[in-house]
Amino acid sequence: MSAVAQTVEGLTPSPSDRSTVSRSIPDASLRRQHRLDQLFRHTTRFFAFLVLALLVGILASLLIGSIPAFRAFGFSFLTTSHWNPVTEEFGALVPIVGTLVTSAIALLIGIPVSFGIALFLTELSPPWLRRPLGTAIELLAAIPSIIYGMWGLFVFAPVFGDHVLPLLIGTLGALPVLGQLFRGAPTGIGILTAGIILAIMIIPFISAVMRDVFEIVPAVLKESAYALGSTTWEVVWNVVLPYTKVGVVGGVMLGLGRALGETMAVTFVIGNAHKLSPSLLAPGSSIASTLANEFTEAVGDLYSSALIELGLILFFITFVVLSLSKLLLLRLARSEGQRT
Amino acid sequence: MNLYTKRLFVNRFNLFVSLLAMLFGLFWLAWILYTLVVAGFTALGPSLFLQMTPPPGSSGGLLNPIAGSLLMAAVGTLIGTPVGIMAGIYLAEFGSRGWLAPVTRFINDVLLSAPSIVVGLFIYEVYVVHTRHFSAWAGTMALALIVVPVVIRTTENMLRLVPDSLREAAAALGASQWKVITLVTVRAAKAGIVTGVLLAVARISGETAPLLFTALNNQFWSVDMNAPMANLPVVIFQFAMSPYDSWQHLAWAGALIITLGVLVLNILARVFFRNRTPTY
Amino acid sequence: MNAAVLQPAEQAVNQKIRVKGLDFYYGAFHALKDINLEIPERKVTAFIGPSGCGKSTLLRTFNRMYALYPNQEARGEILLDGENILAPSQDLNRLRAKVGMVFQKPTPFPMSIYDNIAFGVRLYETLPGREMDERVEWALRKAALWDEVKGKIKQSGTSLSGGQQQRLCIARAIAVRPEVLLLDEPASALDPISTGRIEELVHELKADYTIVIVTHNMQQAARVSDYTAYMYLGNLVEFGVTDEIFIKPKMKETEDYITGRFG
Repeated sequence: MSAVAQTVEGLTPSPSDRSTVSRSIPDASLRRQHRLDQLFRHTTRFFAFLVLALLVGILASLLIGSIPAFRAFGFSFLTTSHWNPVTEEFGALVPIVGTLVTSAIALLIGIPVSFGIALFLTELSPPWLRRPLGTAIELLAAIPSIIYGMWGLFVFAPVFGDHVLPLLIGTLGALPVLGQLFRGAPTGIGILTAGIILAIMIIPFISAVMRDVFEIVPAVLKESAYALGSTTWEVVWNVVLPYTKVGVVGGVMLGLGRALGETMAVTFVIGNAHKLSPSLLAPGSSIASTLANEFTEAVGDLYSSALIELGLILFFITFVVLSLSKLLLLRLARSEGQRT
Repeated sequence: MNLYTKRLFVNRFNLFVSLLAMLFGLFWLAWILYTLVVAGFTALGPSLFLQMTPPPGSSGGLLNPIAGSLLMAAVGTLIGTPVGIMAGIYLAEFGSRGWLAPVTRFINDVLLSAPSIVVGLFIYEVYVVHTRHFSAWAGTMALALIVVPVVIRTTENMLRLVPDSLREAAAALGASQWKVITLVTVRAAKAGIVTGVLLAVARISGETAPLLFTALNNQFWSVDMNAPMANLPVVIFQFAMSPYDSWQHLAWAGALIITLGVLVLNILARVFFRNRTPTY
Repeated sequence: MNAAVLQPAEQAVNQKIRVKGLDFYYGAFHALKDINLEIPERKVTAFIGPSGCGKSTLLRTFNRMYALYPNQEARGEILLDGENILAPSQDLNRLRAKVGMVFQKPTPFPMSIYDNIAFGVRLYETLPGREMDERVEWALRKAALWDEVKGKIKQSGTSLSGGQQQRLCIARAIAVRPEVLLLDEPASALDPISTGRIEELVHELKADYTIVIVTHNMQQAARVSDYTAYMYLGNLVEFGVTDEIFIKPKMKETEDYITGRFG
């Protein structure tokens, strides 16, 4: 007799052991379970609906709040730069331009640097350094934005204005066309500074995504390129990047979304002026900084409404950017046969 | 220069540049942290945690903003987490049929990347305007609205990682669907879900914009949720932009406290997740 | 292709499960084609065949596990003790309490060993503490696991080795006292020693349960089962007493598979 049978022998099965459970399950308890199933499904469904309702609510409240401003200014709101709370004339051009330009600067600086960091961490760095360095970069993302603002205003701007800007003005400012971007007093406060700080803020996001997708490139793919005699750079540029472009685009969009909506860091260093100027060194404003600075002090319905319309525009911009990126990702994924 | 040498040069050059990029990133981190520690450290002291915010020109502490921030973060998380988990469960467990799940997922992504100042604006419009005053409840709700998308995303992802075979094993015993989900699937994903909540808390701890027009600020000690409540980020904003030295010192101290708190939360989340993730 | 079904010699053996004209679809893919089969009570029946032949699919119709997923559909009749389990009126939870399943990969729940076993029991029975303890012990003994875990029954189920986890899953399936046990390649993820233990277990359990086992290992089927069904590309090619199938199969396709000429 097997060992199993011997151990089982020791247990005398009681008569009830011969019967099975399933014969004695009452119908009522099964029905109850089905009702509970339905209740659970409907409850979770309700909460999912809540998210939908939230979006609708946000859009609705922003739209409704913007009505007075829309009635007063119409679409010229988007093209006027004049902003005068006293005469109640408002134009969104300066904040919109400020938002877009600072984000563009942030991407221009941030994308190459993030790429470099991801490249370093995946290809160059010795393995034991990878985790600490990676964590260090991620710490940049953990620092609250108000700290970026304070540091930017009190520490970075003075140094930037005193030591770096004069150089830029002297060199780049002297160029024929591009030079216009780099004219003016080197106060260290302005669009360029805001863009640089935004770049630092979004680098951890973009580089983290890039690094994640670089790491899941199959080794065999890279090895086949190396086997043909490619250098590391060529493997990364010609094999890794195309393979991961879906993820890379996703990461860039993530960074862009953050840059567009960033409030506190920008508010401290952008200068908060409502004047358009061709120079990046001049103070300007972004939508978020305008809201942060002026909303609690806004007197009068038209002023508040104009600010709310600004908020609506910002929400719309981030919505469009996100939707475009999702479309792009979908198209890329489809053309590649759904590879991540 | 022949082709091969050129390629080698390009390779070396670009790898060198990547090293520079790495150093570039580290440089900013070091500079910011250094500034924070030096400026904030001098203002650290027991009085920071024992005294209220002072009027301009005098010294004091940050007791009421710290308490206010803790309170609002706690309540905001308490409200936002169940909503997020339930919706995340819907997306992961019931989301294969119908239109609601894909739409909700898309909307959640929108909300995740929505500027937090817009969230503050929304709460202002629907709550502050109607109650005619700023309040901690308004601030709490704005924070909850930031917690929800984060928790939804992490909950759904963690639940999806649970292998179907576990769900099938529970169903094979005759367990009804809600029992499979709550007693087995969610339980298996518990570590990941908790990590998601911790990350959400870390995120709202540093948020200023949503509190600017909801909870506003309060010079005095108050735990009245219906009144404006002091909170660290707004206090830091106000004090830093002011011309008073004592206020600016306090602002740096507050900045250091927030950063430390957020860093600790992030590390906790990371360690927790690594130690508790079951291997499927 | 019609199945060459061999009627079991002793008509006294009850047919626990009768499959009549079963078709199964994964979306548009016709995975099981007109299956007619009878599973005898309190015997071990093995389903064998090359990958993709539909043996797991067929097994999973017996507890309607496919109902968890959209786009999977079964048509025809499957009579369990005379009742058609494919009928819409069939309560799935009741069915699954009657028909237990053990999967290829061990799936311990994220709870203690005790709670793993008690989980199923608690679904449909309210047992006082001592009786529950006894049931847990009984199930663990039947699964030949009791001696190895009796000192650490409150520890997590995931702390056990692979072979132990699988025996835990078997104990968990038995604890609710089902009538039928479905085993989907239960030993394929285990080492030879654990596999041997599982096979011993199957042999002991058939005294009380009707067992259907899917295996890609022909020798295992020959060792363990009383009846064997050979399937190929969604068709039931041949069904009969194991010894006869393996020594003198009626269909050439069966013979080719068993002698290793293909697959």
